[in-house]
Amino acid sequence: MLEDLFRDEWGRVVASLVGSLGDIELAEEAAQDAFAAAAERWPRDGEPANPIGWLITAGRNRAIDRIRRDRAYAQKAALLARELADQTEGTVDETTSFPDERLELIFTCCHPALALDAQVALTLRTLGGLSTDEIARAFLLPFETMSKRLTRAKHKIRDAVIPFAVPSDDLLPDRLDAVLSVVYLIFNQGWGDGRAELAGEAIRLGRALVELMPDESEPLALLALMLLHDSRRAARFVNGELVVLDEQDRELWDQARIDEGRELLRRAIARHDRGPYVIQAAIADLHLEDPRDWGEIATLYGVLAQLTHSPVVEMNRAVALAEIDGPEAALQLIDQLPLDGYRYFHSTRADFLRRLGRNTEARMAFGRALELTDNELERRFLEGRMLELRPRSDADWDEFWTSTLDDLKKTLEGGQGQPR
Amino acid sequence: MKYALLAYNEPETDQRGPIRTDIAGVLARPSVTSWARLQPVESATTLSSAGGKTLLTDGPFVDSKEYLAGLIILEAANLDEALAIAAELQDMRTDGAIEVRPILEDG
Repeated sequence: MLEDLFRDEWGRVVASLVGSLGDIELAEEAAQDAFAAAAERWPRDGEPANPIGWLITAGRNRAIDRIRRDRAYAQKAALLARELADQTEGTVDETTSFPDERLELIFTCCHPALALDAQVALTLRTLGGLSTDEIARAFLLPFETMSKRLTRAKHKIRDAVIPFAVPSDDLLPDRLDAVLSVVYLIFNQGWGDGRAELAGEAIRLGRALVELMPDESEPLALLALMLLHDSRRAARFVNGELVVLDEQDRELWDQARIDEGRELLRRAIARHDRGPYVIQAAIADLHLEDPRDWGEIATLYGVLAQLTHSPVVEMNRAVALAEIDGPEAALQLIDQLPLDGYRYFHSTRADFLRRLGRNTEARMAFGRALELTDNELERRFLEGRMLELRPRSDADWDEFWTSTLDDLKKTLEGGQGQPR
Repeated sequence: MKYALLAYNEPETDQRGPIRTDIAGVLARPSVTSWARLQPVESATTLSSAGGKTLLTDGPFVDSKEYLAGLIILEAANLDEALAIAAELQDMRTDGAIEVRPILEDG
């Protein structure tokens, strides 16, 4: 099926054409032409023996035609493209084995000289083959905004001459981190909203990275992490509502994904690297057990916190500690973290407060989380939680009044009352 | 490819006096085709247009705390090469900033 081929091989074809033509816009146009030609010819003539070779050759030939016919186009084309046109045809044809240049392409798209949102959009467009419209909708932005973002990024690559290359060894660790962040960001964007396409796209990119960098442990671990999360997708939403892990129907978990994720994690750990993704994947794996080894989970979050110095990681460690030392200790821990703008901080606080019977404060924390969420599913979930905590019994009302008066007293005494 | 490196300094930094040896070493490389240290902003004069006339004002064009302190023209194969040199210089400076911009080649 040509559509499946398009999905799987768009990145490969575009990468090769960027390598030949030296320009992403030209490469995309050429790839578009090549796939269109295939859609026309293959149903008639049958699928060629080397479909990728056919597509790349077709793309190159069409680009050459354009360069010859259109002077303006030729001027737009990089020097390499003109050299390409000067080559005699026949030196390259559809039986040629073209090297896989996707690694060069992904490092170009994720270059730190580009803003992060540009890196994400460009990776999805050039490697993922998503249309500008699809990417705009995935990020809840107008088409125009996304279109400009992509164009600006491509022009920056062209004008500043961001090299089409895998970074040198001294730059590689940082650059690889950047690529992995982009892929994980794409996964998380799709994860929160329950939209399968973006998460699926991230996993495909993750697989390509593992294929292209088989000696690196972090790509293996990132893929493991995404598969372990994604295995629970069917159980996360019931009747359109969000379901937390503890309440999920484990029968709905995708065991094949879990097995694959665990195998990849095992391979990553065998390499003795302990990068952040290896640790996160190990934690994700531990969360799938029942009952959970909270001690081990807390320990791993501690290791991750050391590596990343991230308050969000500290928060997650506190969640694990709450299971061992109780919510009071955990609440004291997280109240020291500078996470007031982070909605999961407030929903986590809310949960601790609820477990301590401090329902009024819990409702206020859920309210704060609600203010910060942009996601309809989360909104409904948080509202549901708030509703569960409304005062119903006399004891509930006592708690409400005590809490409200305490808060008022603190405000009058010049304190800040509840954290807002 | 030619790149311009625009070095901005924090207001307290006074760059008059001999150039540091390590910085001078970078500036002496063959890929650095030319460079200039600028005198402080108080010495600047700006010409601009308004109402069809050309105006003269005392001081720099951009009124900001940080000031443009120097220019370097580099020859480099691509952005990564230019960034590597800029990073070396910025590591030596530890404050201010260096902007790296490709030069539009005419002709």
